[in-house]
Amino acid sequence: MAKVAMTVNGKSVSREVEGRTLLVQFLREDLRLTGTHVGCDTSQCGACIVHVNGEAVKSCTMFAAEAEGAEVTTIEAMANEDGSLNTVQQAFQDYHGLQCGFCTPGMVMSATALLKENPKPSEQEIRDYLEGNICRCTGYHNIIKAIMAASGQEMPAMAAE
Amino acid sequence: MYAFEIERPTTLADAVAALGREEAQALGGGQTLIPTLKQRLAMPSVLVSLSGIAEMRGVSVNDAGLLCIGGGTTHGTVAKEAAAHYPGLADLASHIGDPAVRNRGTIGGSLANNDPSACYPAAALASGATIVTNTREITADDYFQGMFTTALEEGEIVTEVKFPIPEVSCYIKFEQPASRFALVGVFVAKSADGVRVAVTGASNNGVFRWSEAEAALSSEFSVGALDGLSVASDDMIADLHGSAAYRAHLVGVMTKRAVAGAK
Ligand SMILES: Cc1cc2nc3c(=O)[nH]c(=O)nc-3n(C[C@H](O)[C@H](O)[C@H](O)COP(=O)(O)OP(=O)(O)OC[C@H]3O[C@@H](n4cnc5c(N)ncnc54)[C@H](O)[C@@H]3O)c2cc1C
Ligand code: FES
Ligand code: FES
Repeated sequence: MAKVAMTVNGKSVSREVEGRTLLVQFLREDLRLTGTHVGCDTSQCGACIVHVNGEAVKSCTMFAAEAEGAEVTTIEAMANEDGSLNTVQQAFQDYHGLQCGFCTPGMVMSATALLKENPKPSEQEIRDYLEGNICRCTGYHNIIKAIMAASGQEMPAMAAE
Repeated sequence: MYAFEIERPTTLADAVAALGREEAQALGGGQTLIPTLKQRLAMPSVLVSLSGIAEMRGVSVNDAGLLCIGGGTTHGTVAKEAAAHYPGLADLASHIGDPAVRNRGTIGGSLANNDPSACYPAAALASGATIVTNTREITADDYFQGMFTTALEEGEIVTEVKFPIPEVSCYIKFEQPASRFALVGVFVAKSADGVRVAVTGASNNGVFRWSEAEAALSSEFSVGALDGLSVASDDMIADLHGSAAYRAHLVGVMTKRAVAGAK
């Protein structure tokens, strides 16, 4: 066991962890931040995406010890201060960008990272960026629409509505 | 995963010392190694994380005009910072996996692993790059020694990769749709010394140079120069994603597309 200290959603935290403790385990089991999901545990699905120093990473494929000193942001910090949904989250609700909601935390974290890099992405750019986020329910169209809407753009006509 | 400790050195010297410990292994971005550990296919007692070593990160052009990329530089950083110097390489980096994989995975980890379907080995071999380690410099032609096999010794760290910048280049991969690795990927690089063509994803012996295509393209750099050329399917990988003959065919097609796309 070794001590690890980092900032999670603006708060300093420190805990004793094993070397093999994954960041997602640390968030869910030690900090009880269960909004971050584990869909596959094999680096494929993106349900576990959080931001580490502002960049999207798969928290199932990073050790907690490697986040020493880092700023980690999870889905729990996405809502506005008064608890209402932020622009991206509200757009997912408005455009039916979710059904079961399992993939949604990762989708919102990816979408947020994308919009920071590229505030007005095209439909293709959104699809490319979400390459590592798998959704078993929606068929993606409404997720793309939600992200388009969250970026203040008109929704394009999409095939196979 | 079996239990292990993690060390996070901040200098290369400390990392080298830590890797001298029994059953120690380097941890780059972990995008290959962590899945391997989860499957209990590796059993290190200590992982030496290279991600805290500032001197192993960064993209720059040296006095000799070589593009120098630190071994701990992520794919995402190469995609952004190499674009102005070596667009073919930056484009390759920008299509590895997905954004989250690119934010962690490193060029040193990719070259050390030498997955037969990985993208960077094709770039290093086609560019005639030099792989720099904590002890020596190895030319790409000597470095790749077959599937998952390289010239690296136990505990040796890829600290930097130096790429000569070609006049024009292009990497085209036919993606295996589930993993997004290359089912077949071809990197074509044209420089004053001639044309080099490196193929990944196809051969049981890992990345290789297609010398016939190199000769044809060196005398005339055009798609037509490749007409009638094909690679033998004897040594090609055959799996549920594609037969050996299919992969051999794809080598020809990807090479033509890479020549057409070279800029
Ligand atoms: C979903 C997904 C999709 C992917 N798609 C692609 C793709 O399309 N194309 C592609 O090429 N790759 C792909 N990858 C692999 C990715 O590029 C990895 O980042 C890369 O193969 C390994 O780099 P790493 O830094 O993560 O190394 P690690 O996983 O940390 O390490 C891999 C191996 O290299 C050793 N090592 C690490 N760094 C060094 C170093 N500096 N010196 C010496 N040894 C070192 C480790 O000990 C280990 O044996 C994908 C991975 C995932 C999870
Ligand atoms: S749980 Fe991390 S990618 Fe699926
Ligand atoms: S909403 Fe169910 S997996 Fe995406």
